[in-house]
Amino acid sequence: MPAREGTYGLLAEFDTPSDLVRAAQQARKDGWRRLDCYTPYPVEEAAEAIGFHHNKVPMLTLIGALMGLAAMFLFETWVSVWAYPLNIAGRPLYSWPAFIVPAYEWTILFAGLSAAFGMLALNGLPALYHPLFNAPNFRDGATTDKFFLCLEALDPKFDLVEARKYLESFQPVSVVEVEY
Amino acid sequence: MATTDLKPKDPTRSAGTDPATGEYRVIAPGQTFRSVTEKISRIVLTPDTPLGWFALFGVGGAVATLLLVALTWLFLVGVGIWGITQPVAWGFAIINFVWWIGIGHAGTLISAILLLFKQSWRNSINRFAEAMTIFAVVCAGMFPLIHVGRPWLAYWMLPLPFSMNVWPQFRSPLMWDVFAVSTYATISVVFWFIGMVPDFGTMRDRSESKFGQYIYGLLSLGWRGSVRHWMRYETASLLLAGLATPLVLSVHTVISFDFAVAVLPGWHTTIFPPYFVAGAIYSGFAMVLTLAIPLRKVYHLEGLVTERHIDNMGKVMLATGLIVAYGYGMEVFMAWYSASHWESFMMWNRMFGPMGWSYWVLIACNIAIPLTTLWSRKLRTSIPFMFFISIVVNTGMWFERFVIVVTSLYRDFLPSSWGTYRATKWDYMVYVGTLGLFTALFLLFVRFLPMIPMSEIRMMLPGAKITAKAEAKAGD
Repeated sequence: MPAREGTYGLLAEFDTPSDLVRAAQQARKDGWRRLDCYTPYPVEEAAEAIGFHHNKVPMLTLIGALMGLAAMFLFETWVSVWAYPLNIAGRPLYSWPAFIVPAYEWTILFAGLSAAFGMLALNGLPALYHPLFNAPNFRDGATTDKFFLCLEALDPKFDLVEARKYLESFQPVSVVEVEY
Repeated sequence: MATTDLKPKDPTRSAGTDPATGEYRVIAPGQTFRSVTEKISRIVLTPDTPLGWFALFGVGGAVATLLLVALTWLFLVGVGIWGITQPVAWGFAIINFVWWIGIGHAGTLISAILLLFKQSWRNSINRFAEAMTIFAVVCAGMFPLIHVGRPWLAYWMLPLPFSMNVWPQFRSPLMWDVFAVSTYATISVVFWFIGMVPDFGTMRDRSESKFGQYIYGLLSLGWRGSVRHWMRYETASLLLAGLATPLVLSVHTVISFDFAVAVLPGWHTTIFPPYFVAGAIYSGFAMVLTLAIPLRKVYHLEGLVTERHIDNMGKVMLATGLIVAYGYGMEVFMAWYSASHWESFMMWNRMFGPMGWSYWVLIACNIAIPLTTLWSRKLRTSIPFMFFISIVVNTGMWFERFVIVVTSLYRDFLPSSWGTYRATKWDYMVYVGTLGLFTALFLLFVRFLPMIPMSEIRMMLPGAKITAKAEAKAGD
């Protein structure tokens, strides 16, 4: 990550998921686009509130599944018909019903690996450093029992003073400035 | 069984219901996000390890040493040290392989199938059930490798071009097994690890030592709980669960093909796949109980792994036990109905032959004891009784594998090729050794990894999700 200077964003802390969802909905309605919520467990309503409705994980998984299926089936066919033809009790070399089982297993294997690693890749993980970890209250709360809304400085509407005032109107527990 | 169906009729139990929803509570009242986080993460982060842990780990480790000794001797001398012979060429190694894989299945069932069915009570037990799966697969996976006789050539099972240009034979169920079991192990590990990533984030943030922060920080991959991440994470978890479900059903099905594809009476039957899968889940739930009951006691987790969990697991065991009983019944029925001389002799020999005792142990442990008692809620919620039943069923399921492997093989078509089977001390050492290895690995897991998924427990607390929705609407 290139070293950056200045403010990453403003982080408002809430005690309950309801407060967070309300604030996020309002912020989105008021035209904020570079914003994110941080919660200790999945809060679907918060994702809806910031306009995050769809993700690409299912598509990646499908692609992985088809790749696994094709790879193993073609491989078995190649091995059994061309690379090492074996006469097993006179059965045809291309005995495709027997090839289904390993192909099925590899469908699942590739799909599962695509789902897991695709999810991590789309999330930009692993990312061991993130500016949010600089916020003094973030690490005690975001993975335990606090709910955060972050307005990011990259948003065209962002102005340090105005944004702070705006966040404070939601009566959060605190608003802190997060630096890179 | 939706949670609402389980409203207790007994008024003394109504203290356990949630006043807001009327549902029977899975988690004991009074827990908050912070209290469950503290409770679960402290087990790992505390510098004080309970003495009992050391005692158990010592026993587990000592028993695992037996495995090491037995394997060393096996590799030096060869499989001749085992009791396998003609005609019983598949002995303890295959029995143990099938038994261990079966035990693993309950972990996947709990983590995947019950997730798809939205059985949120599973949340407290799914992490250690998954850990159980992985360690059971570790124990199981060892057996095919060591029983090939030349374990240094075990890689011949893989489709690699450099073993003298010999490619594997893909029409054989034994080859299917390689893919089924390796896929199962891989997907189980990935599912387990991905499930722990957010909790590693919590551990990183709660750890007070630099070392702990460093290790859990690496393991958490930098998880920070962004809702965008969470949504992709939830999709991926759901997809992994959806993939693990057909996988777990296929694994024991493929293993049963190893038997069912052979023409041997006692093996050559179409009921094997469902009967193996049900048996796997039956023994797996028994093993979850065997592990959960002491764990909740030692670590005071009665508020998170409640009587309700024990009760539900008893019900699942009752259901799968009945399927298994149907399987036994059908085997006997088909032996008669097929009018095959070999089939009926096999059944007679299995029940009353020289090794008939093993069949009756199996019937007693898998049917007579559990399927008569598990109907009673009182017994299902009695902790000592359920522990007892879990041991009984595990024993019974081991004998099921024994009966299938040995009593089918030792007297087949030709009386001139009949023989017998007697396990040697090395067989017992390997088997008992894997029990020790399993215990030791499981204890390491309990000590160093969060054994209950904190993020999933948080979702079940009254302060979570549902009120968020309602209040947000009210606020609009």
